[in-house]
Amino acid sequence: MSTVDRLAARLGELFPADALITDPVRLRTYECDGLTYHRATPGVVVLPESAEQVAAVVKLCDEHGVPFVARGSGTGLSGGALPRTDGVLIVTSRMRRILEIDIPNRRVVAEPGVTNLAITEAVRDQGYYYAPDPSSQQICSIGGNVAENSGGAHCLKYGFTVNHVIAVEIVTPDGEIVTLSEQDPGFDLLGTFIGSEGTLGITTEITVRLSRTPEAVTTLLAAFADIEGGGRAVSAVISAGVVPAAIEMMDALAIEAAEAAVDCRYPAGAGAVLIVELDGPGAEVTHQFAAVERICRDSGAFEIRVAASAEERAAIWKGRKSAFAAVGRISPAYIVQDGVVPRTSLPGVLAGIDRLQEEFGIRVANVFHAGDGNLHPLVLFDDAVPGEGERAEDVSGRILDLCVEHGGSITGEHGVGVDKAKFMPRMFSEDDLDTMQLVRCAFDPRNLSNPGKIFPTPRLCGEVPGVRRGVHPLVESGLAEQF
Amino acid sequence: MTAPGLPGLPGLPGLSGVRVRAAGADDAFPGARPRWVALPGSVDEMAAVMRASAAHDLAVVPLGGGTKRLWGGLPARCDVVVGTERLDQVIEHATGDLVVRVQAGVAMEALAEALAAKGQELALDVPVPGTTVGGLLATAIAGPRRFRYGTARDLLIGITVVLSDGTIARAGGKVVKNVAGYDLGKLFTGSYGTLGVIADATFRLQPLPATRAWVTLDLDAQGSPDRLGGLVAAVAASTQEPAAIELDWPGPERGAPSLAVLVEGAAAAERALAVRDLMGAGARVGDEPPPWWGRLPSAGRSGPMGHPGGGLLLEIRAAPSRLPGVVPDIAAAARRTGTEAAVRGSIAAGVLHVAVDGERAVDGERAAEFVTMLRSRIEVARDGGVDGRVVMLTSPEAVPPAAASDPWGQESTRRELLRRELMLRVKERFDPGHRMSPGRFAGGIR
Repeated sequence: MSTVDRLAARLGELFPADALITDPVRLRTYECDGLTYHRATPGVVVLPESAEQVAAVVKLCDEHGVPFVARGSGTGLSGGALPRTDGVLIVTSRMRRILEIDIPNRRVVAEPGVTNLAITEAVRDQGYYYAPDPSSQQICSIGGNVAENSGGAHCLKYGFTVNHVIAVEIVTPDGEIVTLSEQDPGFDLLGTFIGSEGTLGITTEITVRLSRTPEAVTTLLAAFADIEGGGRAVSAVISAGVVPAAIEMMDALAIEAAEAAVDCRYPAGAGAVLIVELDGPGAEVTHQFAAVERICRDSGAFEIRVAASAEERAAIWKGRKSAFAAVGRISPAYIVQDGVVPRTSLPGVLAGIDRLQEEFGIRVANVFHAGDGNLHPLVLFDDAVPGEGERAEDVSGRILDLCVEHGGSITGEHGVGVDKAKFMPRMFSEDDLDTMQLVRCAFDPRNLSNPGKIFPTPRLCGEVPGVRRGVHPLVESGLAEQF
Repeated sequence: MTAPGLPGLPGLPGLSGVRVRAAGADDAFPGARPRWVALPGSVDEMAAVMRASAAHDLAVVPLGGGTKRLWGGLPARCDVVVGTERLDQVIEHATGDLVVRVQAGVAMEALAEALAAKGQELALDVPVPGTTVGGLLATAIAGPRRFRYGTARDLLIGITVVLSDGTIARAGGKVVKNVAGYDLGKLFTGSYGTLGVIADATFRLQPLPATRAWVTLDLDAQGSPDRLGGLVAAVAASTQEPAAIELDWPGPERGAPSLAVLVEGAAAAERALAVRDLMGAGARVGDEPPPWWGRLPSAGRSGPMGHPGGGLLLEIRAAPSRLPGVVPDIAAAARRTGTEAAVRGSIAAGVLHVAVDGERAVDGERAAEFVTMLRSRIEVARDGGVDGRVVMLTSPEAVPPAAASDPWGQESTRRELLRRELMLRVKERFDPGHRMSPGRFAGGIR
């Protein structure tokens, strides 16, 4: 009997049969998250209904030295919720109550399994919403959002999950329930925890700050002959001092896919379309809209459409929101990439992606949050053609190299997970990564909480931090003496 | 290992390039007198200083402009002050990306000036003049516009730090959207120099607002907390996107409270008129802030806050709707302790500052009594209590070391003890020798 089987037997004493999955066929349901090419069947799945139950499971894992992974809705795109065959998968889907709606303080308290959109739906009638809006918001869980520090199309103006969560209750990797709140004195453990991808513990309750529904929203679609024209418009909008709620761009291939999938009827002949959304006080939006429209024309837009109603706004967004799935219409398989570059480096990086397409004979459709330089290149390939999958993966990795070379990041919102751990050393030095590991060692010295994610080579926490071997480079260069 | 002119100094004078001087009386903290002041001119020099300090088991306190050197707990031990005054360069201002990377020793006013020349700003108000970038981050202090933009941690996108053993570590980057790796910037923001030294920081910027307008309203001195709460809630809920909502109350002896709201950006004047209408009769719109705007309160005869003989300065944090009800408690505590109290702060963001002084400079005993009274009212979670926190930002130096006067508040529940334990574990990993600003920070961190 393996350790995880012994632990499953103990769980059987604590949980009713319907809250525990040990049947191999049913376990397979949980073998991957939204990134389906990493798979592992969990040792056992447990479906707790309270923080106390989560703590009980984690305490057992700690006792047995068994790793555990938390999973919300399983929509993540970096394999962050990839289970361990030798571990427990803790699924929060039964923790989906909204516990408190506090409009005077613009707060909602929710369990981790509540969907992102359900929070907005609970307060919409009162004129509020929850700002971070990942494109999976209809199904992704708020607990998963906390783990990934999720963003969305509108984070250019409103920021990310970390800017909107004011407290979390967590179960630490040793099974204790702790509250991390922005009002507590001491280290900002709340900000440190958010975005730690389940490696510092499991969120069991979240308090979010609500935003006021804007008085006015204006959405504009501008069509350009080429991507350069769209890029010029983006730069000019930002330079004009306008901070739109969102600026999204799609290239010709992404438009083609969207047309094939959802018939979004973007202007014919467009080499790029730009979606600009402005929101805020009516007077401000009116003022800024005039500027944005003029900038688009000056930058070479040959057609501009303005949404006059919610339906027309939805029509403009339809193509953009369907883009990921839509490329399935024009390619048998594809990789969704997530990289970030400084906005001003967009033209250089896009040219680099063009060169990669030619060199490798692989097509790339570009969809991006242009305002904050967050690219989502969709790398297309045919998995029936031998070797093409590997070439596509190569191109996908080289795109991340381009991002890092231009001073950007290997992930803007999908997270590192298991998928990009190997890319971390391209962005961070060994010292940077070791320093981050100090945080993990403080929370999880036994490396049981979602191990194998984020860090390429986890250091054993028993090692004394900061011990160096050999001559330090600074000594070598004569800048410092060793004492 | 010793150098001429500075007898008995191990290591430090031998560091090539690093300026080190013997510390004088002006460099002393109450209860801890450093022996050296090291002024590194680069992150590599800073690392060299930290390695030397580690080799000789020296306690280090980082210092920027020195404006908040007496904030928080006082250092229990200090051998070396690491000053950032020579780290005074704006490393990169990428105007097209609305991003700036800046060394820790740059004064916030100088940074604002450099950014304004390009029509941009870091949307952080600095309540203490002379604050450096590093000092702002280390103390996580914020001003009125926290209501709209959050605090330093919300605008910080990248950081370089030097740990107690000299390790140079970076986290984040220079793009506004980035979820790669742990966010060490958040961990270091507000850590009062207890985890390492901040060497440089990268921030996201905003375009300078085209226009600004303030709406002010003087409230009745006898006005009820309910009326104040109603006003604050109405403005906070306004779709005019106010950037800041501030309360100022100079104290019972010195004047009535007033509320001021900042509206900025496109069409600010028009939007301010809409806010004025919400606030009712007596509200007026102007294009200048009230004189107290963006500064910490002061009371009585206190000298500048954060200096020996200065007053007691508290930060009260609570859910916004609970703060109006706290104001009478502050007045009551002032009466009971025979002190004067002034209140100011970002009431809609859940933060008020309280300055306390008396006829004479407030003594430690009365300061402790004041804090104890407020904590017994505010730091209560059960039975619909305020469930807020009272933090002593700075106090007269002679505050008795009773538990009630721990500057960072009390840890009373099991959960809070566990949170403290987590903090201690983080500190232990980053600074196993307990040499970084020992004694300055919350939760018994040494």
